[in-house]
Amino acid sequence: MDRNQSRRQVAAMKQSLFDQGLLDEQFIQLEELQDDANPNFVEEIVTLHYRDSSRLITSIEQALKERNPLDFNKLDTLMHQFKGSSSSIGAKKVKAECNLFREYCRAGSAEGCMRSFQQLKREYAALRKKLEAYFQLARQAGPQETACRSK
Amino acid sequence: MDNGCFSSPRCDFPAGLRVLVVDDDPTWLKILEKMLKKCNYEVTTCCLARHALNLLRERKDGYDIVISDVNMPDMDGFKLLEHVGLEMDLPVIMMSVDGETSRVMKGVQHGACDYLLKPIRMKELRNIWQHVFRKRIHEAKEFESFESFESIHLMRNGSELSDDGNLFAVEDVTSTKKRKDADNKHDDKECTDPSSTKKARVVWSVDLHQKFVKAVNQIGFDKVGPKKILDLMNVPWLTRENVASHLQKYRLYLSRIQKENDQRSSSCGMKHSDFPSKDLGSFGFQNPVNKQRDVSIDSYNYSDGSLQLPNVETKSHEGDPKRIVSQSTIAKKGRALNGSITDTNMRESLRVGLNQTFAPLESEGNHAVFDCSIPTQYSWTEVPDMQLKEEHKSLVHLEDSFNQMPLHGKQHHIHVDQSQSVASISSAPSITGEEVAACIEAKPLFSDYKNDHGSSVNSIGNAVDTFPIQPGSLVMNDQSLEPISTTNSGLKTQGYNNLSCIPDLEIYQRSLLLGSEAASAPLDADLHFHWLQGDCYNMNFGLQSIGMSEYYDPGLIAEAPTHLYDSADYSVIDQGLFIA
Repeated sequence: MDRNQSRRQVAAMKQSLFDQGLLDEQFIQLEELQDDANPNFVEEIVTLHYRDSSRLITSIEQALKERNPLDFNKLDTLMHQFKGSSSSIGAKKVKAECNLFREYCRAGSAEGCMRSFQQLKREYAALRKKLEAYFQLARQAGPQETACRSK
Repeated sequence: MDNGCFSSPRCDFPAGLRVLVVDDDPTWLKILEKMLKKCNYEVTTCCLARHALNLLRERKDGYDIVISDVNMPDMDGFKLLEHVGLEMDLPVIMMSVDGETSRVMKGVQHGACDYLLKPIRMKELRNIWQHVFRKRIHEAKEFESFESFESIHLMRNGSELSDDGNLFAVEDVTSTKKRKDADNKHDDKECTDPSSTKKARVVWSVDLHQKFVKAVNQIGFDKVGPKKILDLMNVPWLTRENVASHLQKYRLYLSRIQKENDQRSSSCGMKHSDFPSKDLGSFGFQNPVNKQRDVSIDSYNYSDGSLQLPNVETKSHEGDPKRIVSQSTIAKKGRALNGSITDTNMRESLRVGLNQTFAPLESEGNHAVFDCSIPTQYSWTEVPDMQLKEEHKSLVHLEDSFNQMPLHGKQHHIHVDQSQSVASISSAPSITGEEVAACIEAKPLFSDYKNDHGSSVNSIGNAVDTFPIQPGSLVMNDQSLEPISTTNSGLKTQGYNNLSCIPDLEIYQRSLLLGSEAASAPLDADLHFHWLQGDCYNMNFGLQSIGMSEYYDPGLIAEAPTHLYDSADYSVIDQGLFIA
């Protein structure tokens, strides 16, 4: 019961992430990859992503600080990498922010870049938090069932 | 050759497909690994392009397909793509989160057999085996074509080649087994249908290619045949088939270059006032080049001995009909290549052409063809980027490179050819802009050229100036394709007016070709001049093997090129060994 309830909670939480447009199909793909050989595959991937992407966030922040003038090419390149990484877990909103940022880069708008990046960081942090909560709940509910799609 | 078994080289194909994944993003690397494992493929992951190349080189024929990201820190994905295509001739799939048409196009031009957009779905990966399969089929077909070519050739040329030709098909099958590289796995795959099995890949290192070119030169282009080359090369583990396919590639490359040149001129609207159409098109085949050829050919003997264009001259005129044919084929190829002529495009063709060229350079006397090709190269490359109108320019460049080559004597240009004909060209490990410039430099040539073609050449020549081709760098052999792109820009800055856009690869290749030819020849105006005059000789250097000029039977050539260029990979070339 408790277990069932937990599982339902997990499912609901996941569903809400989708409903809010925070996650896309890729997340489901990851879940489908999870199996007995890799029972915590999704969580591992998400963890790996956040570790790698936080490094990129730092680099972008650094690059944005070197203001005179802003190196848009470099920023675009970094953001391209970041976008790639975000796409790996299906971070939908974050990806959208990446695109916006890149557009500002191409337009050469420092202001736009700064603003967009702030927004991006917010989305990034928000999703991270939610996913952490999700995985925690999932672990409590029972490892096998959390990430599997109901067959 | 029966393709029946071909359809499944392994009993459980595509299970066990050996995939090499290259991506600097660790998250994606892990995801892809998992996905591919779920498809029952054998996965190897790599986060550095260089490391990936090392893996591929160490285990020749150890992988069936490569999947690589486009944006990587240590090496551009496209460069890796070229390297792999040239050296290992494996199908490569590109991936990126960026799906812009231009990027995808670039990928295709560089020879990618597919371009996937991230996020990648599992189902997309499930089907990648089709690329491996397709390539094998092409190889098999090429082989067939080759056989027919061989027989035609034999008829034309008689005994010398007949030995090679006749036996090729038969021996090919067996040679596959004998091949040192053929490991068990390989044999397993090929057990059912030898002709259709994929041949073990031989990595043509600089040294190996040099030996190859030397052998070809020694024999004489019109007499060249895989068996003879193999005997001369004296490389115990090399099989006749390896040599045959390499020779074919080389020839094809040359013809492609030539075609492209033609194509370029016509399609790009380059004003080839004097040069392009007539030079390229008919270049080599029957032009005054012949006369030049003799002259130039001689000069081609490189000091470093890598590219030795031995007495090509005399031979050049022979077999004209073939030449013409090849030219047309090359033109065809050029056309095909022209499609979206861009750097990558050119690279591709150059790559192919280069491969081909290298072989012939050495021995074939049919330099005429080369000339055409080379200019084409230039123009080709140029066109896309720069709208180079002047054909001269391309020529000039070529000349320059040629000139440069000799000048540098030891310049690595020559090296390039030797070892990795194709690979080297594309990979031009370190062809820097400088190098390119050097090649193109041929200042003195320009002046001569100018006479013929106008002053535009001049500027180019000077611009190019110094192309310090480093011996190792040119050799595209495999090691580092990267510079190609830089070369281009380098050239640009040089003031290449027209050629500015010349892709690195192109330049590199040109240098290579030119280098080899030029190297041997004293850079003089004469040479240059002759060269300009449509003496594709120089250019043909590389093309020689391609047999543009003399050796290719029209029929033969016709077949080869299409194959080659359409797929932009060497598998096709491999099979269609044109032994003119």
